[in-house]
Parts: sequence; C-alpha cells; structure tokens
Amino acid sequence: MTDPLLEVRNLRVAYPSAHGYSDALRGISFTLGREKLGIVGESGSGKSTAGRAIMRLLPAKARVTADVLRLSDVDLLAARESEMRDIRGGRVAMILQDPRYALNPLKTAGSQIMESYRIHTKASRAEARDRMLAMLEDVHIHNPGRVAGLYPHELSGGMGQRVMIAMMLIASPEIVIADEPTSALDVTVRGQILEILNERVEAQGAGLILISHDLPLVSDFCDRVLVMYGGQVMEELAARDLSRARHPYTVSLHASLPPLDHAVEELIVPEYDPSWLTETTNEHPKP
Amino acid sequence: MSIPSLEIKNLSISFGVGRSGVLAVDRANFRVGSGEAFGIIGESGSGKSTILRAITGLHDNYDGDVLIDGQMAPRPRNRDFFKTVQMVFQDPYSSLHPRRMIRATLMEPLEIYGLDRRDARIAQALSDVGLAPEYAYRYPHQLSGGQRQRVAVARALLLEPRILLLDEPTSALDVSVQAGVLNVLNALRRARGLTYVMVSHDLRVVAHMCSRIAVMTHGRIVEELSVEDLRAQRAEEPYTRTLIAASRAAVTAD
Repeated sequence: MTDPLLEVRNLRVAYPSAHGYSDALRGISFTLGREKLGIVGESGSGKSTAGRAIMRLLPAKARVTADVLRLSDVDLLAARESEMRDIRGGRVAMILQDPRYALNPLKTAGSQIMESYRIHTKASRAEARDRMLAMLEDVHIHNPGRVAGLYPHELSGGMGQRVMIAMMLIASPEIVIADEPTSALDVTVRGQILEILNERVEAQGAGLILISHDLPLVSDFCDRVLVMYGGQVMEELAARDLSRARHPYTVSLHASLPPLDHAVEELIVPEYDPSWLTETTNEHPKP
Repeated sequence: MSIPSLEIKNLSISFGVGRSGVLAVDRANFRVGSGEAFGIIGESGSGKSTILRAITGLHDNYDGDVLIDGQMAPRPRNRDFFKTVQMVFQDPYSSLHPRRMIRATLMEPLEIYGLDRRDARIAQALSDVGLAPEYAYRYPHQLSGGQRQRVAVARALLLEPRILLLDEPTSALDVSVQAGVLNVLNALRRARGLTYVMVSHDLRVVAHMCSRIAVMTHGRIVEELSVEDLRAQRAEEPYTRTLIAASRAAVTAD
C-alpha cells in the first residue's frame, strides 16, 4: 500500500467532568488507505467520537490530543479553522445516520447538493446543476430532475440517504466517514444503500470508514474491522476472519446476537472484564 | 385450537378521512393461544405497532373485533381488561416518567387497582426482571437503557397480566443488552405461562422469541408462518422472501 490517506496514532479525547477530565477515547491508533475500514462498538464505545475527532467536530470543551492525526499532508490537530472548512466536505466527508435530521429541511435536495459542490469548487450554477443531476443518477435515482426539487420531508429514508451520499461525494473527497448510515433504514433498503455507497466510493477511489454497531453488517461490507469498547480498540481483524475473532469481547458480542438459522435456549449475555481496558482512569462506561 | 387467549378478527384501522385518509391496518386476522409467543414483523409504516395500539385501546376507532379468551374486549377498555393485557413500549427513554422515582412509577398501577403489600410486590417485580430492590429509589436517568426496559417490563407485570404486548422492546438497545432483556422475557413467559404478542422489524429477534410469525406490509398481513419455516426460508410470499433475504444478507459470516 502507498502512503495512507489517514494516519491516527494515540488519539485521545476527554471531556471535563466533576472530577477533572473523563476519557471518551483512550489512545486509539489506525491508518486508512483506499479501503473500507469498519469501526464497530456499542453505545459509549467511542466509535462516533473517533469519527468526529477526525473531522474536528467535537465541542470546544473536549480535549483532543494525539501523537499523530494526519490527513496525507495535513496535520489535522494543527490546521486552522479556515483550513478545516475546506477539508470538511471537500477532502473528508461525513454521512450521518438519519437523513430526516441531517438534511436542511428548508432547502430542496438539489440545492443542498449544489451548495456542497459550489463551496468546494469554483463551478458556476449551471455547471453545478449538471453535476448535481449526474450525481443523483449515480446514486440510482431514476428521475433526478424531480427528486432535486423535493424537500427532505418529501423523501423516504432510503431516498434521503441517497441524497446525502450524493451531497457528500459530489466534491470527490478522499475519505468518507459514514456514521451508522443505514441504522435508521428498513432492512430491505439497507443493502441497496450500502451497495450504492460502495459503488461510489470505489469509483472515486476514496477511503471509507464505516462506523456501526452492527457487527455482521460491518464484517460483510468492510475489508478490515476495528472492534471498540470503552474508548479503546479491543481488536483489529480482517473482516472475513470475524468468525475467528479471538478477543473475548468480540466473541461475546457476536454470540449475543440471536441466530437466524437455528434455535437457542438462551442468549449469551456478554460480561465485561475491567482488565480489557489497559487504562482504568475512570469509571466503567456501561454498567 | 381451543379458545385462543387473544384473537383479532377483520381488524381495520384508518387515520384521517376522505382523500387524505390512510388505511393503516387492512382486515388483519390472527389468533394467539394461551402461553404462545406470536410475532408480527414488518418494516416501518407497515401497521404492526398500530395493531398493538388498537388491541390495548390506544387507537379506539378501529373496525373489527378484538377478543380476549373469546370475549369481545370492552370499548373503551376497562380496568379488568388491563389486569389481563399489558403493553411494553419501544423506547425505554421516553416510556418512563423522567421526574418520578422508579418506585413511584411502579406504585401507580398498584394504587389504581388497590393492591396490598405494595413494597413487597415492587421488590418482587424488580427481582423478576433481574434488578436489585435498590433500583426502586433511582430516577430513570440514573439507569442504562437495558435497565430502563427491565423496569418497563416490571411495571407491565405488576398487575399479573396473562397477555403481554411487546412493541419493539429491544430495538433501542445494544445487542449485548438486548440479549439480557430477551432472556428475561423468555424466562418469565416460561415460568408464568404468559402469552406474548411481539412486534419487531428484526427477524432475528422475532425468530428467537416467537413460535409463529405474521409478516406485514402496507397494512396487510401477507403471510403467517411457523418459526421453523422462517428459519428454513420456506416462505410463500415474495415479500417475505425479500425480507428474509435482506436479513440473512449479513449472516454469511456465521
């Protein structure tokens, strides 16, 4: 692999609390090339915090430190806010969970996609409009002209998520961070949306970080998976090796899922071992 | 089948009138035997939760019949009805009163029904769902999602109902927490011979919990099948097959 698109080493995020700082991320490290990386964890594991820290979208009170947080040539921790504005949406794009909340309810789908394109390129309105319509077609919307004129509340969940993908990929970012992109969608739509996301990311040669709580989905879709718990990476493994995961957390998480093809008397409830967290500076995140 | 615990006959529910009216449930029929767990699966907007809300009386303007032990459920629902039928809602973050201690929430049904030994019943209900008695003295925000849903189950069980309606009881929870709540629900059903009607969009959960499953789409029950048929993918309807295929897509890693 050539130089990684993104390098993260010892990333830490802490929030002020009643007793000093409390850690949300406790030193995670990974690199991302032109590949699909999954970050899996349960609520409170720090997976979304990791995505937001890369975008520098955490609230000002959060204390973010890292040995390295680098987007190919840019040191993301040292970048000025004006530089970050070019990077967000331009070089690193983020797809959020629920299009009903993430899209601007007062603007049409088309104008939001055009806005995203024109902020990051010097394109004229007419040019942006053509690109927008082409992009809507790329995310398998059959009637781009009509959908462009619709407001977010007129879109179904699956349609809304296509619009969001179009909006995020139109500026040809190097990295796409998708934070639970399908968990607000129905099962029959999830597959289509992931397929479209995969198609666009591969066509544009971008790197993808898929953040999800859904272990089977991530292992099916990604090349590599990071399993997170309590703000730390428990295990990194090739997605196809998931069934051979060794860390007790990954194993028990996998086993707690009700199986579809056979019956079990009782589900396995994961138990947590404090020793998994090499640093025990604060309380257990989930009792 | 002898007289079913719960029977739905030609149940239709619509919202709005005239051209803007929506038929949310279109002539649904099913019967659930005593001690059985019946599942309803479908995607958002299919009308699955609306059926539960009609059974429990939250949507009172339905057409068709709701029968409990062969008897027509009274309209509006009365106190006796709720001693037999209770419901657990989807979101444990919004179904518990945020400014009431758990004890006050659990006390309410006991007061309404004038039951005795209230503190003992509360302690017992909490221990039945795997919570220590001290939890009675906490507020909802001091509990995790799984603990709150256990409290919601405890509240529903305080009146010792025979039929429990479960509306996506674990969809707001992490899988590891879901496992614990599902285990509690299964254990309670076995121990007390409860009858469950469970609504979910998650095929895995329904397959784990229920012996018979109705598949809903666009307000209609298109197919009813046994869990064995579901696991073996023996479905007649194209929609059911699509649903099974989509849910299995991510299972290949197993």
